[in-house]
Amino acid sequence: MIAIVDYGAGNLNSVKKAFDHLGAQVVVTDQPELVAAADKIVLPGVGHFSSLGALYRTGLHEALRDGISAQRPVLGICLGMQWFFEGSEECSEIPGAGIFPGRCRQFPSSVKSPHVGWNSLIVQKSSRLLQGIAQDSFVYYTHSFHAPQVTATTGASEHGLWFAGAVERDNVFGVQFHPEKSGDVGLSILKNFCEV
Amino acid sequence: MLTKRIIACLDMDGGRVVKGVRFKNLRDAGDPAACATAHAANGADEIVLLDITATSGNRRTLLDAVRRTARSLFVPFTVGGGIRSLEDAASVFDAGADKIAINSAAVSDPALIGRIAGRFGSQAVVVAIDAKKIDGTFAVFVAGGRVSTGRNAIQWAREAAAFGAGEILLTSMDRDGTQSGFDCELVSAVAQAVSIPVIASGGAGSARDFIEVFHQGRADAALAASIFHFGIENIAQLKGELHHARVPVRWPC
Repeated sequence: MIAIVDYGAGNLNSVKKAFDHLGAQVVVTDQPELVAAADKIVLPGVGHFSSLGALYRTGLHEALRDGISAQRPVLGICLGMQWFFEGSEECSEIPGAGIFPGRCRQFPSSVKSPHVGWNSLIVQKSSRLLQGIAQDSFVYYTHSFHAPQVTATTGASEHGLWFAGAVERDNVFGVQFHPEKSGDVGLSILKNFCEV
Repeated sequence: MLTKRIIACLDMDGGRVVKGVRFKNLRDAGDPAACATAHAANGADEIVLLDITATSGNRRTLLDAVRRTARSLFVPFTVGGGIRSLEDAASVFDAGADKIAINSAAVSDPALIGRIAGRFGSQAVVVAIDAKKIDGTFAVFVAGGRVSTGRNAIQWAREAAAFGAGEILLTSMDRDGTQSGFDCELVSAVAQAVSIPVIASGGAGSARDFIEVFHQGRADAALAASIFHFGIENIAQLKGELHHARVPVRWPC
């Protein structure tokens, strides 16, 4: 069973629908016990970094940390991936999990923000999540803040600067783009997660 | 590199996709779920479903169409028409939309933009603006282009962005359905006035029109309906032509 963590940050239907389409067993839940009991965890989320504050108020952050420590695969999508970093300039009061170094920052003023649309993903190293994904595949992004390039970056995109599009270390997987909205490429990535 | 989006729009009336000229003379163009899937398979970067005759009586028809369309669609899906409150928006998101488009309701209550963005994120809120050139300036119309608001389109786009809109869907009423080309003057004026993406709409007729609206019009995305429905322009072929004209597009897709 895959638990999709519901902490009130936007609409989770699309993520659930994509996993349903792949035939995966998923449950959308705001209960820490259900998250803790799941085989795999998906942390989605769109919108403002402050909405991650709900993770701390509800105890979901502990369920997530326990899952990560227990080596269960955890996939962060968009804001969910940003939570894996130390924090974000968007909201300095809410800490990230600090699994990857650095903070999320705004795009330079020379480019349009939010960064909305299909951008090419440059695969930087082999990884389980991006296995079989062709170089320069297009994925759908919608965000105003971006995570820095780190050693765990497996795929990067460019919008005024290069930023982490996908990260992976051991059982922790993150994508800044929306695989559930990235057509066949995105479905392949979610399928890879189901199979890790 | 961020690509320019080609968006297929489905205008829906009573559960069927229709297309008219300047919002009139509607012709039947098929089932929304089938049209959306076909356009996505053909390379559409995004699908917009607009309920053009939205009334409280056919909310159920709209929500049913949204549910059926969303089920097998894995590209961004925007729904508009008759959304007047946070509750209306929530029901459309619940049925499977990724973004909602609001037009008349945003003009009469701009704070609605912020209320929806506050709950679902700015990326989920598209403010649709119908503009028509009158005495040298672009005037905003609502209620399907029937009612003048006295607002200036460029000023209103700036305000909508400040209220929390994530994107502007800008329709030229003068060009809509005419297939005589996008209104590049209108589009570039709005695109330079706001930092959020602008989707150009109204007037698509040929690949050259799309090239112009991306180069001269500075649009981030372009939307069309009729040319895609009736096979005048195949989206995959259109993207190939854009690619050769050095417009960055998701190609091959």
